[in-house]
Amino acid sequence: MTELHDAAPTVSSLTRPTTGARVNLEGLVRTYGLTRALDGFTLAVEPGEFVALLGPSGCGKTTALRVLAGFERLDRGRVTVDGVDVVKVSAQHRDMGMVFQSYSLFPNMNALNNVAFGLRMRHQRALQRRQKAGELLELVGLSDQATKYPHQMSGGQQQRVALARALAIEPRVLLLDEPLSALDAKVRGELRDQIRQLQQRLAITTVFVTHDQEEALSMADRVCVMSNGRAEQTATPAVLYSRPTTPFVAEFVGVSSRVPVTPLDGEVELFGQRCRVRSGSVGVTVDGVDALLRPEDLTVTADPSALPFVTHKSFLGATTRLVVQVDEVPIRVDLRSDVAADIELGARVRPAVVARDVLVAPRAPRRESTTD
Amino acid sequence: MFPATSNELSGAPGPGAQAPGAGGDVATSRLRGVGRALRPVAAMAPFSLYSFLGLGVPILAVIYFAFHSEQGHLTLGNLRLITHGSYMLGFENSILLALITSIIPGILGLVLAYAIATSRSGFLKRLVATASGVLANFGGINLTFMFIATLGSTGILTGWLSAIHLNPWNFGFNLYTFYGVVIVYMYFQVPLMVLVITPALGGLRPSWREAAENMGASSWRYWRHVGIPVLMPSVLGGMLLLFGSGFAAYATAETLTAGTVTLAPIQIGSLLAGNQLAGQENVGYAVGLGMFMVLALTMILYGLVRRRASKWLR
Repeated sequence: MTELHDAAPTVSSLTRPTTGARVNLEGLVRTYGLTRALDGFTLAVEPGEFVALLGPSGCGKTTALRVLAGFERLDRGRVTVDGVDVVKVSAQHRDMGMVFQSYSLFPNMNALNNVAFGLRMRHQRALQRRQKAGELLELVGLSDQATKYPHQMSGGQQQRVALARALAIEPRVLLLDEPLSALDAKVRGELRDQIRQLQQRLAITTVFVTHDQEEALSMADRVCVMSNGRAEQTATPAVLYSRPTTPFVAEFVGVSSRVPVTPLDGEVELFGQRCRVRSGSVGVTVDGVDALLRPEDLTVTADPSALPFVTHKSFLGATTRLVVQVDEVPIRVDLRSDVAADIELGARVRPAVVARDVLVAPRAPRRESTTD
Repeated sequence: MFPATSNELSGAPGPGAQAPGAGGDVATSRLRGVGRALRPVAAMAPFSLYSFLGLGVPILAVIYFAFHSEQGHLTLGNLRLITHGSYMLGFENSILLALITSIIPGILGLVLAYAIATSRSGFLKRLVATASGVLANFGGINLTFMFIATLGSTGILTGWLSAIHLNPWNFGFNLYTFYGVVIVYMYFQVPLMVLVITPALGGLRPSWREAAENMGASSWRYWRHVGIPVLMPSVLGGMLLLFGSGFAAYATAETLTAGTVTLAPIQIGSLLAGNQLAGQENVGYAVGLGMFMVLALTMILYGLVRRRASKWLR
């Protein structure tokens, strides 16, 4: 890996697209005592692709990223970058840029020197590295903050410096470990756009860890939803949202309502309608199955003779979300706001499925019938 | 006289008028504001008074008498006297002692604290923290006796070493000299450094190391460019504290050497005990003033480096 380490970027190359590396994580296993943080985790990232690892706390997403960075050893599995196994390569020689949740700028260096640090480690001459660092700071819109120290900058500014610092070494892979979670909502939104634009402009293979599904869905080319150290589903945000293949994904990503159903010949009956069961849905268990329904998979029409009725109504802008009580089960339905305006709280409504097919999953305990 | 306005007549509030009792409310709220502002001052008052009586008044007295002769005349004679001869030697020895017992224990304490900070044993961390807290405050006659009983010419350790023909006293070692004082001071200076530097080591974020490593830095280069520069203000601050502690310590040196080593605090003790020449009664105050100035400079430097450290390690 020495040749990678010595390959110093040139000034002009910093702002033009590079060729990203292909990354493969194969069957990663990592245990801490009795806890299995990674349990056969597998992921393939294409060159220049932006992949988000999404999951709840403790699902193993940060461990996977740290294994890729070289900060964690593996019990089993293989990590390849452009086909080369890097498991035994130290983090120092992996040529990956990482942005940390807590910024982690060196407090004894100003913004310019922080960005130039990686270039200094690559033995670039002072003038050259200052020029490149200045260029990077300009790229992230902080050229006027070059002489500021981390404690003199806001969280958003620090994170942009950290991004510039990670990009300065022209990494083969950019690793982002929840880089936005410590920022306020406004700065988070701005930086989210900036990271995505830079990644697309520079075409760096990027792996991004987050527990925020909105971030993952809005930034990534593909999202890998993780649970218990494994990849549940890896797909584009649109597919992940509209065609979840597992109950965990259906419930973790977006909003779903669980409705008990009885499957028959690949179909289920919902609100008097026959609906196709989505391919990939799991089979019937002794406890029966539930249909997992997105709010936009359903619609309702006012019908005074119907039994279901509206218990909650939330205006969301273009759409309005209704919670409809069907027997004992509350289901969430999104309607266009102008349509929902005619439906009052407590109104009797008739639900209907508008989706092509529905995902079914083993029946969950009745305690929680809807999830966000 | 102008006629009353309709508002006044009707009793209705006019523009800018306050509700009944509003004037009283404003006054009460102002009083509360003043009370709130005074609360911290009031809380600090006992300590401020104590500091003034225990530190301010003695310092003022030292300054006054250092510049006055026994007859009450203003003079620089006392200060001139302490810049020569044994008084000057006392300062030189005290500063040398403080330097040696700040640099060597400073480094040893740093290494020990780092070893403890990176240890995975919580028990060991707690044990060292507690032991350091106790040992850093262990000095004076007890400590002197302990060392005499251990490393004195008839001490236990000396006896054991003697049995294997390694009696340090036969190789020129003497506990009751300047370097004997240095060894004894190490006993409380090293734990003091451990206590002072441990929080700073805890402030070194692991992610700084990872970030450096991620950008191609070896362990040595991380320490050279990040770890050591970030820790340096805290290390210097710790060493300045040790310097102050070593410079001002009296009882241990006095009881160990019985005044045979010329040190400024021992000279003050001697002068206070009445061992003074006629016409030099106020020289002790001048020596005290000299010590105060060295310690004040030490504390100012300490404050400056602490300010830098607190910005970097918060």
